[in-house]
Amino acid sequence: MSGTGPREAVFPTRQALTNTKLRLKSAQNGHSLLAKKRDALTLRFRQILRKVDEAKRKMGRVLQLASFSLAEVTYATGANSIAYLVQEQAKTASFHFNLTGLGRGGQQILKSRDVYTKALETLVELASLQTAFMILDEVIRATNRRVNAIEHVVIPRLDNTVQYIVSELDEADREEFFRLKKVQGKKKRDAEAAEFVRKKLLGDTGEVQENSSAWLRRS
Amino acid sequence: MAQKERTLFAIIGDEDSVTGVLLAGIGHLNEHQKKNFLVVDSKTQISTIESAFQDFTERKDIAILLINQDIAEKIRPTIDRYNQAFPALLEIPSKDRPYDPSKDSVLKRVQKLAGD
Repeated sequence: MSGTGPREAVFPTRQALTNTKLRLKSAQNGHSLLAKKRDALTLRFRQILRKVDEAKRKMGRVLQLASFSLAEVTYATGANSIAYLVQEQAKTASFHFNLTGLGRGGQQILKSRDVYTKALETLVELASLQTAFMILDEVIRATNRRVNAIEHVVIPRLDNTVQYIVSELDEADREEFFRLKKVQGKKKRDAEAAEFVRKKLLGDTGEVQENSSAWLRRS
Repeated sequence: MAQKERTLFAIIGDEDSVTGVLLAGIGHLNEHQKKNFLVVDSKTQISTIESAFQDFTERKDIAILLINQDIAEKIRPTIDRYNQAFPALLEIPSKDRPYDPSKDSVLKRVQKLAGD
């Protein structure tokens, strides 16, 4: 029955019933659409998960290689001066995810630079995947929240409202019916009473007339 | 999402890692002469790393933040709390420590989600 749960604050009328039923219908539609969206996202999410996992492992290998090539540089150039030089020469980034020319130092340094460039490209790839992962995760969470909210709050609420309105309307119907019956009964009783009074009155007036004629005759 | 102005890397790492990626050309000084890299050695304070991390994650021109995994370990709670999409946070292995996927905060999440 109604009133068992939270419901919308509506007046129980037929129009409100129609409106609420429409809203319930669209809530159900929205729920199934969102559920589909969630499934699709989850599918994509799982693909990305696998890729992220792979890329992370690949990155480990690539960077190890890069470190090794830098170690070769250190060996070739002897001193540790390259670190200081490179740090101090950083003015503007030339690696804006694409390469512009820059070449200094010996062959080993160049080779190391190439290796690092490749490693960075791997990293960019990985970062893209990771960002996609983060965003998808966020979107999936939001979608899940909405699906659950619709399923557990909106739909029961509308359901309750519909039940409430229906029961209120039924109640009003019964009341109306009862009232009509009562009115009918009362009218009937009134009519009977009126009839009775009229008959009695008629009888009385007959007597009165007799009396009056007798009185007339006497005088 | 307009992320056109995010084109830079940033790195928090040991000297060799920083040198390597700078060699590839990611080094950048912005108009305030602020570097986009931080060299961490055994004498660097944790608070310095933390503030550099905050700094880099709040900058609008950095797309990818690289951090050595052993340095990430030092500020692990901050890293685990970090969940923005941009800049993307990547933990990279350092020269003398091989990469351990089980410690990576992103991979941890990946594994958790793949598990269920």
